[in-house]
Amino acid sequence: MAELTMIEAIRAALSHALETDPDVILFGEDIGIDGGVFRATDGLMQRFGSARVRDTPLSETVIAGMAVGAAAMGLRPVAEIQFSGFLYPALDQLVNHASRLRNRTRGRLTCPMVLRAPYGGGIRAPEHHSESPEAMLAHIPGLRVVIPGSPARAYGLLLAAIRDPDPVVFLEPKRIYRAVSEAVETDGAALPLDRAFLVAEGEDLTLVAWGAMLAVADEAVARLAEEGISAELIDLATIKPYDRVAVRASVAKTGRCVIVHEAALTTGFGAEIAADLAEHCLTHLIAPIRRVAGYDTVMPYLRLEAQYLPDTGRILRAAREVMEFT
Amino acid sequence: MSTRAASFRIDCSACLDATGKPIGKLPDFAEDANTLAALYGAMVRTRAFDAKAIALQRTGRLGTYGSSLGQEAIGVGVASAMRVEDVLLPSFREHGAQLWRGVTLEELFLYWGGDERGNDFAGPRRDFPVCIPVGTQFPHAAGVALAMVQRKESGVVVAMGGDGATSKGDFYEALNLVGAWDLPVVFVISNNQWAISVRRREQTGAQTLAQKAIAGGLPGAQVDGNDVIAVRAATERALAHARAGEGGSLIECLTYRLGDHTTADDASRYREDEEVSAHWKEEPLVRLRNLLVARHGWDKAKEEALLREVRAEVEAAADRYLAIEPAPRRAMFDHLHATLPPDLAALAEEAAGDG
Repeated sequence: MAELTMIEAIRAALSHALETDPDVILFGEDIGIDGGVFRATDGLMQRFGSARVRDTPLSETVIAGMAVGAAAMGLRPVAEIQFSGFLYPALDQLVNHASRLRNRTRGRLTCPMVLRAPYGGGIRAPEHHSESPEAMLAHIPGLRVVIPGSPARAYGLLLAAIRDPDPVVFLEPKRIYRAVSEAVETDGAALPLDRAFLVAEGEDLTLVAWGAMLAVADEAVARLAEEGISAELIDLATIKPYDRVAVRASVAKTGRCVIVHEAALTTGFGAEIAADLAEHCLTHLIAPIRRVAGYDTVMPYLRLEAQYLPDTGRILRAAREVMEFT
Repeated sequence: MSTRAASFRIDCSACLDATGKPIGKLPDFAEDANTLAALYGAMVRTRAFDAKAIALQRTGRLGTYGSSLGQEAIGVGVASAMRVEDVLLPSFREHGAQLWRGVTLEELFLYWGGDERGNDFAGPRRDFPVCIPVGTQFPHAAGVALAMVQRKESGVVVAMGGDGATSKGDFYEALNLVGAWDLPVVFVISNNQWAISVRRREQTGAQTLAQKAIAGGLPGAQVDGNDVIAVRAATERALAHARAGEGGSLIECLTYRLGDHTTADDASRYREDEEVSAHWKEEPLVRLRNLLVARHGWDKAKEEALLREVRAEVEAAADRYLAIEPAPRRAMFDHLHATLPPDLAALAEEAAGDG
């Protein structure tokens, strides 16, 4: 079993998909000879040829729309948007076509496409390169939104997304592309979509996080353990449709919940989770649900981004408040 | 000192004048009486569908509908040049093209009656449904063409849009990529002079819409869009060019929107009746009928027989459409995903119970 970083695991999954399914094609900006700005596709054009790993013109709308057209014809396009900040021209295609082609043709034409995009802050990137658009995407019926939280989950979930018969936006937390490596079985086995992953088991408190916030939350779990608080950590992984059952079950057990995400608080995806828990777990709750999120302001440029992003300290404060609530 | 870096010209082709008199030698297919009668019949059928659709809408039995009145030659001319294995991506005003391709009258009524089942064409299974968000079909066309190239199919993709669509970024992005990759896409622009209330000249300062193709590296040409023979001939040339591996192209079909934008529009708010009346003199059906009369023995009896046949067909299709019950509430979840995730499956059941 190989020790892989997340970016290596993504490359391994793309490579496996290209190798095993002739219908898989990759296209995007600079993904060919340059291997992608983060090197997710490094060497793939050389190995699989420029017909299957294609550099596109600088055109996010046509990247997304072309994926819709190719997918409707039965290909499995895996398109890359270089940064999620440049995904907005593609939103029209996601909202009006990718997510509803199956519905509006009653299943005659379908859209088995994947749109990959690095997202989130923490790498001292230029302006417009660090936002977290998952809630916006999650509001589109018919569209799956998946965010891997570790190299192994990136490998298995990306393969699942490519094999899924419906469109998936695959947001990659670029801050942890290379932060850690772990043993990844690159045998082509997919992990299930629409399922959350239990990262740490605990009794007193449920932490729900995704993407790069998992590492921060994981550190909080360790610190809380030192204080004698047993926290459970859930990686949501598929944001839409998310695993309500797993989150409810965990909160039913612990009675307390802190949700952590990078995106701004108001109408962030944490709001949906909190609402669901309020509707379905009220009798289990022994403390208010807390959300630790990006502030309701514009994502700051790099000098202030560390102060914008939720950190261990903010998670710990929320967790302690929840634990102390009477 | 400067040298010429590039130059271009845009040609406009026509085969018939507005009275149906041939301008020079006609293409070979236009010497055949049966072919011309088929083209004429298809335009008459399109217009009859159009009239019935408006009548149904006016009596509350159809949703908002976009008429193709006066533009029948474009859809029919374009589709009649296509092969079965080609793929059509129509805008919402190309009923004539859809009908020629094998979409049924009943399916069109069902769709415009507000029922997605009308898009589940029994005939051209790979053709896209009409595209409502203007111009967003052009990027799809690039993807369909890419799939054809990838699978070494010989098909060509035809994407149709209006004059307004050529102002959209989607159009330029697709045009640019099709040019860069030499994909087999034919862009057909039905320039009917009006994008709802905005005139062609207010839409763009470009002298022609065809020349927009040049910037993307594709050939572009104009054709008299009310001349079905010229439209078909231009489309045949464009398809042959693409099928030969020489890439895409653009055809700007010059026509005029004789009706309102849709049944929700009132064009008298922004254009004069005189302008519309003047353009009735150039409409596409009469000129082809005149040619049929002059050269192929078309007469009153044939004309009346055709009208009777087409009207009966349209009435029967409308009756079948009106007899179709709305889908059950549960149907709004049936094709959301290939397989519904558990919580959506539960929601679908709950919704079914809400009735």
